[in-house]
Amino acid sequence: MQYFVQQLVNGLTLGSIYGMIAIGYTMVYGIIGMINFAHGDIFMLGGFAALIVFLVLTSLFAGVPVVLALLVMMIVAMLTAALWNWTIEKVAYRPLRGSFRLAPLITAIGMSIALSNFIQVTQGPRNKPIPPLVSSVYDVFGISISLKQIIIIAVTAILLTIFWYIVNKTPLGRAQRATEQDRKMAALLGIDVDRTISVTFIMGAALAAVAGTMYLMYYGVVVFTDGFIPGVKAFTAAVLGGIGSLPGAVLGGLLIGLIESLWSAYFSIDYKDVATFSILAIVLIFKPSGILGRPEVEKV
Amino acid sequence: MSNMTNKLENAGGDLTARALREAFYAGLISLGLFFLFVGLKSDQNILNELILVQRWGLLAVFVIVAAVGRFFVVAYLQPLNARRKASKDAAATTETREGYIKRNFTVIAGVLLILYPILAVALFGVQGSLKWVDNFGIQILIYVMLAWGLNIVVGLAGLLDLGYVAFYAVGAYSYALLSSHFGLSFWLLLPIAGLLAACWGVVLGFPVLRLRGDYLAIVTLAFGEIIRLVLINWTEVTKGTFGVSGIAKASVFGIWSFDISAPNNFAKYFDLPMSSAYYKIFLFYLILALAALTAYVTIRLRRMPIGRAWEALREDEIACRSLGINTVTTKLTAFATGAMFGGFAGSFFAVRQGFVSPESFVFLESAVILAIVVLGGMGSLTGIAIAAVVMIGGTEILRELTFLKSIFGPDFTPELYRMLIFGLAMVVVMVWKPRGFVGSREPTAFLNERKAVSGSFTKEGHG
Repeated sequence: MQYFVQQLVNGLTLGSIYGMIAIGYTMVYGIIGMINFAHGDIFMLGGFAALIVFLVLTSLFAGVPVVLALLVMMIVAMLTAALWNWTIEKVAYRPLRGSFRLAPLITAIGMSIALSNFIQVTQGPRNKPIPPLVSSVYDVFGISISLKQIIIIAVTAILLTIFWYIVNKTPLGRAQRATEQDRKMAALLGIDVDRTISVTFIMGAALAAVAGTMYLMYYGVVVFTDGFIPGVKAFTAAVLGGIGSLPGAVLGGLLIGLIESLWSAYFSIDYKDVATFSILAIVLIFKPSGILGRPEVEKV
Repeated sequence: MSNMTNKLENAGGDLTARALREAFYAGLISLGLFFLFVGLKSDQNILNELILVQRWGLLAVFVIVAAVGRFFVVAYLQPLNARRKASKDAAATTETREGYIKRNFTVIAGVLLILYPILAVALFGVQGSLKWVDNFGIQILIYVMLAWGLNIVVGLAGLLDLGYVAFYAVGAYSYALLSSHFGLSFWLLLPIAGLLAACWGVVLGFPVLRLRGDYLAIVTLAFGEIIRLVLINWTEVTKGTFGVSGIAKASVFGIWSFDISAPNNFAKYFDLPMSSAYYKIFLFYLILALAALTAYVTIRLRRMPIGRAWEALREDEIACRSLGINTVTTKLTAFATGAMFGGFAGSFFAVRQGFVSPESFVFLESAVILAIVVLGGMGSLTGIAIAAVVMIGGTEILRELTFLKSIFGPDFTPELYRMLIFGLAMVVVMVWKPRGFVGSREPTAFLNERKAVSGSFTKEGHG
């Protein structure tokens, strides 16, 4: 039982990271109907930004408090990733809006290849290990919960609340939802559609960068290829929860995290990615609208 | 657009000011983008601790290039384009007769390809031709063949497949395993590998029949990754990440062999000096023949009912169904045919490398093949071949640019930039020509005369 609960905690932590990345996928898909393939690499980019900020902080101000360091890492990573995603959207995706549907998918794949190789070229191909930032572990009824896990789950919860508030309660969120429902009509009603889409990319990237920072803190290592597998898993999460649905993305992320850690704990760790990919295939084949998604109506 | 040209005529000084402003913003943005990643580098010291290396000079170069580039784009390129577009609109479109080269492109290209190894040998000698035949010729032709195979699925039937590399892997592993366990020859295993891959095409195609567009793409991606992960983890059969090595070479229909010890060795038989170049040249003709077969089958199939059904399916699935086309068999045959050619290419790959490992069948390969199909204009065989030459040949050339070392110092390795440039090229070509290099399609069915249709009139299909 203890083992099971332990895996549950590990899965929730992992799932929080996936959930944060998944939101970027689901929002972009919802608003312009495009699989932003480069989103996983934005996550990786965020991780690297956090890593470099961490190195700057430790070399310039030795003995900086961990909380402050994490906060600075997170904010700088968010800003950098947001700027990258904003630029990418403007340069690579916007000119192709309204073009045939495969075109943005191809540029996104190209961007994904370019981003990971950009990091490889500029930062080197090796693993980047950092010393553990927080190492305290608490023992709760025989289950060990590390401070890292608490931080990750707390940060996710806080950010998602803020995010939920923005999307549901602010004029910006209203514009986003309107653009998602009908882009042309939204434009006619005076919504700056281009700006709304830009903001969506910025928000998705900021969350992915937080996920990247958390990933770096949790595993203590980041490498330039880290974008692909977490990216695909987060996409799986978005699909599982129902693409286009924000709570769905978080729910999907948590489920994928749980499935992954339970699968590695009870079945085989080698095949854990096979499990995720199989879930992706099964969900898409049998319930393409996901758990919380709206079924797509086919117009003839 | 006319509004803009007026503005340009009115105020030239305004334009410079705008260009300067834009250049400033571009510089600022690139500073933000590259500050952390270019200005600073995380490096390991001797103790394996991460340290920072500062590269402010390089960062300055990046920022200046971005700013100056933006200035030129706004100040010169955009007005130029606007003017050209205006004059193009004004001038009546004149009928231009296609040039001699354009009309006979296929014949000329075919003759050149057949002469290519002979030319390479004549120019660089037997040993010197190795690089040109192997790295350029064979490498590009493999991708041409793969892209033509995928074109059947994506370009003709409109089914977006992101896991094509799975069939390539099935073909490669079928040959590698069957030849090393049972000692069967390449010529027997080539059709078997194709058949096995086609079976997998049906197996993987069957569950995704109901899916469309992006979802289909993602499920095929998942299948591709599952096959790769199984290849890695099923170590008893596939030897995992170590891969299968020592794969037998192909022979010229069993008449001449390329094994050094064999009595009927090609070089010995003709009293030629020993060289691996003959085998490479043989492989070149082999892949050329396989690619030609793919093209021939594609062209013939397009005229058959099944090919017409594929294209109809791409344009409108619902109309297709209401006209009584069996979409299930149509889709499955497309998957199977495409997969079969992937399998052929895979077993050729195994023969060429003599070694297969899951490393060769990553998602990136699928993405590269799909990119070639899309950049080539989806459905146009010539366009795809051009795209393969540009994308694969272009990145292969980077390996050769050793003279750059004398400019950027001895640490500079152009190979590192291969995939970076490949990715950027995908983006640039797509933004510049969303319909690919050859944006028009020859219609298969026509009334009275054959007119090329602009690619923008054809749909990419919904799968």
